[in-house]
Amino acid sequence: MSTATTSHVTDPAGKAIPAELREVHFTRNTGARLRTGIQAIVIVIWCLLPFYWMIVTSFRPVDHTFDTNLLPLPLTWDNYATAFSTQLGNHLLKAIGNSLIVCLSTVIVSLIFGVTAAYSLARLEFRGKSLLAGIILGASMFPGVALLSPLFQLFTNIHWNGTYQALIIPSISFALPLTVYTLTSFLREMPWDLEEAARIDGCSRFSAFWRVILPLATPAVFTTAILAFIAAWNEYLIASVLSTDATQTVTVAIAGFTGAQPHQEPYTAVMAAGTIVTLPLVVLVLVLQRKIVAGLTAGSVKG
Amino acid sequence: MSSVAQVKAPPRPPKSARRATQKDKERRSAIWLILPTITLLLIVIGYPIVTAVVESFQKDPGLDPATGMFSEGGFAGFSNYLHFLLQQCGTTTCPPGTNGAAFWVAIGNTFLFAIVTVVLETVLGVWMAIIMNRTFKGRALVRASVLVPWAIPTAVTAKLMLFMFSTYGIVNTVLHQQILWLSDSSAARVAIIVSDVWKTTPFMALLILAGLQIIPEEVYEAARMDGASTVQQFFQITVPLIKPALMVAILFRTLDALRMYDLPAILTGGGPGISTTTLSMLVVGQIRQGFNAAAALSTLTFLIIFLVAFIFVRFLGANVVANQAGTKKGDAR
Repeated sequence: MSTATTSHVTDPAGKAIPAELREVHFTRNTGARLRTGIQAIVIVIWCLLPFYWMIVTSFRPVDHTFDTNLLPLPLTWDNYATAFSTQLGNHLLKAIGNSLIVCLSTVIVSLIFGVTAAYSLARLEFRGKSLLAGIILGASMFPGVALLSPLFQLFTNIHWNGTYQALIIPSISFALPLTVYTLTSFLREMPWDLEEAARIDGCSRFSAFWRVILPLATPAVFTTAILAFIAAWNEYLIASVLSTDATQTVTVAIAGFTGAQPHQEPYTAVMAAGTIVTLPLVVLVLVLQRKIVAGLTAGSVKG
Repeated sequence: MSSVAQVKAPPRPPKSARRATQKDKERRSAIWLILPTITLLLIVIGYPIVTAVVESFQKDPGLDPATGMFSEGGFAGFSNYLHFLLQQCGTTTCPPGTNGAAFWVAIGNTFLFAIVTVVLETVLGVWMAIIMNRTFKGRALVRASVLVPWAIPTAVTAKLMLFMFSTYGIVNTVLHQQILWLSDSSAARVAIIVSDVWKTTPFMALLILAGLQIIPEEVYEAARMDGASTVQQFFQITVPLIKPALMVAILFRTLDALRMYDLPAILTGGGPGISTTTLSMLVVGQIRQGFNAAAALSTLTFLIIFLVAFIFVRFLGANVVANQAGTKKGDAR
């Protein structure tokens, strides 16, 4: 854009803006945009670099562990073989299976119970509603460590240590409240007029919900399920105390990952294991970005 | 309530009564729909809590340090609590190395981590949120990338940070230092704080961003018309308007930080010594040494976190229930 040819740009009031003034405005805008851009790049680097470093390291040969170049050169897949190998007492594949069993069970139970509770909180009016909502929200912020000691004792007494239910039951304590309040704020946004219409046409409350609202709420239910799944997948405290070698989850397996040398952390293999259990999650989150953010922040801003 | 009488009124109830019946029915189905969840929560949370409180007043069977005799347990009064609060082991003061002696250190560490990380995360979170709220090319990329640290399991983050903060790791390389991050207590604390800030700032930023997005642009335009500077706009408009969302975010994060476990347990193992041991780590360590003392310790942890939540809601105005449950004005009783 050259100042010589564009001498008469007008503002809404119809007055001509002198070229010098527009120039000032233009540079200030560019400056602001540049500053925003730089800060945005800083944020992206800050968030992604450690994650990138994990992936890069997972492709480095063991004797290149502490290399500092940004690309994994030379590149090897050995660490992934090591991560899955059971020779050194690591059972990553088994742990992934365990985590899937625990997390999917937790999510399914939480959804079955959570959907009706969320419907009740989002749709129906009744006395004591805010109290019940408060209890459920309080439960979600409940410190998991306070459950551990009685549960450990109980499960020891009834020989449940090392069973899946010993991990699923405590996971429900945080996944269910999370499910209820995320789903409640999603459901509140539903077009309830449609349900009303269905009921006037003779549907029962249940079938109106089942046939009209639930299909519309499928994305919300799915997002809620993902959030609960991630919370359960990332859980470490409960699993580290209540699981045994047989029911070890991925977080416990990675935390206790052992290498060939007793006092040497097998960094490259651990980074490979970390990448394996994280990458699917990250991809899923990025694909569903909008929904996930909506679910995470659900209810936090509505007055 | 007179609705019961109205329900029975034969045969064609007046209009108002029919509405009451309808309401009654709605209330009943609401209770039945929410009851399974409440019951399940009572089982998975209520039962352990009550058990913990009951057990915390029982003695752990074991050798009595005072007499050297095996003791069977029995009623303990407040001795399990005094073990931690006043560092009493029987009649003597707990020697260093016991969990009793570590209690106040763990409290100090827990609150140090909670306060420092939450302050840093709030400041950085507001900054990130403000940037993400601007319109620019690549905004979607920024919003996507902040989700990455959030999605990584804390256990994996801890291992990643262990690698990055190792003696020959990238942090020392970049800083041109040879800091033994995990063998020096201050350095170990810094490593934990940095790791936690990296992992959880994005969550904070997203909550704050949600608060920013509901501020209408006209408010800023009006302020600019009146000659408000950028700083004035931030403190006079942005901060007051995002305060409700911010308070909820800070409350969530504080309660989360107070139960910090994964990061120190894997990154430093609570060391060197007990300089990064948190309350949750102390509870886990105690579980294998004595259920009843562990029950007392976890009850204390619960009470502390509850107290902090209470202070937030009561005095700092974090109106969580209204925000989260979406209670309409006037509905709250």
